[in-house]
Amino acid sequence: MAILIDETTRIIVQGFTGKIGSFHAQDMINYGSNVVGGITPGKGDQTHLGLPVFNTVKEAVHQVGAEASIIFVPPAFAADSIMEAADAGIKYCVAITDGIPTQDMMTVKNFLRRFPLDQRMILTGPNCAGTISPGRAMLGIMPGHIYMQGNVGIVGRSGTLGYEAADQMKRLNIGISTSVGIGGDPINGSSHRDILEKFEADPETKVVVMIGEIGGPQEVEAGIFAKEHMSKPVIAYIAGLTAPEGRRMGHAGAIISSAGESAAEKVAILKELGVTICPTPAAMGETVAAVLAGM
Amino acid sequence: MDIHEYQAKEILSGYGVKIAEGGMAYSPEEAVQRARDIGGHVWAVKAQIHSGARGKAGGIKICKTHDEVEAAAEALLGKRLVTHQTGPAGKVCGRLYVEAGTDIAKELYFCFLVDRSSERIVMVGSAQGGMEIEELAENNPDAITKIYIEPAVGLQDYQAREMAFALGLDPELLSHAVKTIRGCYRALRELDAGMLEINPLVVTRSNELVALDAKMGFDDNALFRQQKISELRDKTQEDPREMAAADRGLSYVGLDGDIGCMINGAGLAMATMDMIKLAGGEPANFLDVGGGASAERTEKAFRLVLADKNVKAMLVNIFAGINRCDWIAEGVVEAVKKIDMKIPLIVRLSGTNVEEGRRIIAASGLPIITAETLAEAAEKAVQARNEAVTHVVGATGRPPLQGA
Repeated sequence: MAILIDETTRIIVQGFTGKIGSFHAQDMINYGSNVVGGITPGKGDQTHLGLPVFNTVKEAVHQVGAEASIIFVPPAFAADSIMEAADAGIKYCVAITDGIPTQDMMTVKNFLRRFPLDQRMILTGPNCAGTISPGRAMLGIMPGHIYMQGNVGIVGRSGTLGYEAADQMKRLNIGISTSVGIGGDPINGSSHRDILEKFEADPETKVVVMIGEIGGPQEVEAGIFAKEHMSKPVIAYIAGLTAPEGRRMGHAGAIISSAGESAAEKVAILKELGVTICPTPAAMGETVAAVLAGM
Repeated sequence: MDIHEYQAKEILSGYGVKIAEGGMAYSPEEAVQRARDIGGHVWAVKAQIHSGARGKAGGIKICKTHDEVEAAAEALLGKRLVTHQTGPAGKVCGRLYVEAGTDIAKELYFCFLVDRSSERIVMVGSAQGGMEIEELAENNPDAITKIYIEPAVGLQDYQAREMAFALGLDPELLSHAVKTIRGCYRALRELDAGMLEINPLVVTRSNELVALDAKMGFDDNALFRQQKISELRDKTQEDPREMAAADRGLSYVGLDGDIGCMINGAGLAMATMDMIKLAGGEPANFLDVGGGASAERTEKAFRLVLADKNVKAMLVNIFAGINRCDWIAEGVVEAVKKIDMKIPLIVRLSGTNVEEGRRIIAASGLPIITAETLAEAAEKAVQARNEAVTHVVGATGRPPLQGA
């Protein structure tokens, strides 16, 4: 099953004919993702990488049945592209773009909430590495070969730290159902909690690893959700033990700006909520192995 | 990006917020001239640094004569002010704002900020101003009023009135309060600010509502469409190394330790720093080289890390996705040769083309210490750092870290 995407998901690329969009579209196709076309306004009717280019997302939905979209549009125009996808009836959208203004994301989130739940597009990112259901489909920019197919769900803010987790698990012969990057921005499409909810409902996922970091309320909110609504074990690592207060650590969202946002505080709260904590970032694989062994 | 009080006040004044009369000064003579221009008998001489809590750090001086203004300006200009927001290094005051004294009847707290949890702008106010909001939130949370703004329709008058009443304002001040609050909201939205704080917002004895201090922080991601705000940047208030890094498209934060780091990805960078700490060391910096770590970029990153003279060992941890380990390895080898590195270097490569990357490092003949896993990399870095320090312990007098 996996969550969000599988080998049947019909994918389009927004920002298809640009250098970055082309590179990653080809990479996704090589991985086996079902890419059915792309969008570049003004280049409709052309073909690119052997696939049709459309002027609008609506055309792609009507003509090739697009269901999922990935966005490589520059930051100034990315919010508009996300809203176009939502309005056209895309079900799931990954925004890779880094540097979207916070107020634009506020507008996007507000726009998405106008749709009734059953018609509302799921958005992950921006500023993320994307989503992969190993062995089935990749909707992102990650190195696909480091992921092994299996039963552990991963949700994380950081791209490369997510790779690290997948790599540690592969070394221990542990596979992944789906790995979802939710991105490092202060306001993002889906929260840790939103993705935990999807993993809880997925029969194939047995355990979930949440990779969080300093700043914001999302890890704690996810911990509360896990305690109240989840039957599956949740394992967490929170990066930023050494991060000083008030300094932005790369990600716009990785800044300790109020109480409860430091790594130590988040770890203490999550422990209390019954989440298994990875004591170090090098122990993500072995912690998952120990939890799986105890099931 | 942060701006100075005087800049924020100038902006807010344009949006209908009342401020006291004041002017900028870069010298004691100018400060006295500003006081003369303003007139009156009381002036506040205020250090312009990017930090709150300036009063406690001695950055604001109330003066009753021109001689006092001159003396205050002399004392403040060039002075390094340390507040809990600046860190121990503090910030140097290069500009002053001289302002007419305000006859305060009541101090209030007021701000707008982007709330991550509700994904909305929230307006926060308290009748107990002058204090830091964090303290107030801890000691007396009931004294704080929060009002959330619906993004599509924006701030409504009834919400501004609700805040005015929560602040305990006199009904006579109501329409002015609504104008002030609306002005602040418009400034925040139109200029892509993430935070706007007026602490204190004061009621004067002549029953006027005046912004006695003002602080604004802007969304760096939106500066491309806020040309005028970008121009307000005061580079003297920023860490020169962080600025140099930003100019090269790298993300760098200087820290107090002595193990330099170069990592791709913010999360992996934080995790690697954590790992160094857990292994008994202290990281000297956060440095995210991002996705496309070319040889040129790698060399720049090396130079940046090594510009910190505290650095006793350097750790490179790259998990190549779009990148390829062989490219990174070539960049590292080239950088080490060019820079003539004198301290131990530990390199851990993982991901795309890792075997080829390791082969290049090994074939270089350089004394690079390699590691396969994150844990091994951190341990080796701490070990190399301790050996380097022990080796020169007589020279520096600093013992190696305990428990390593």
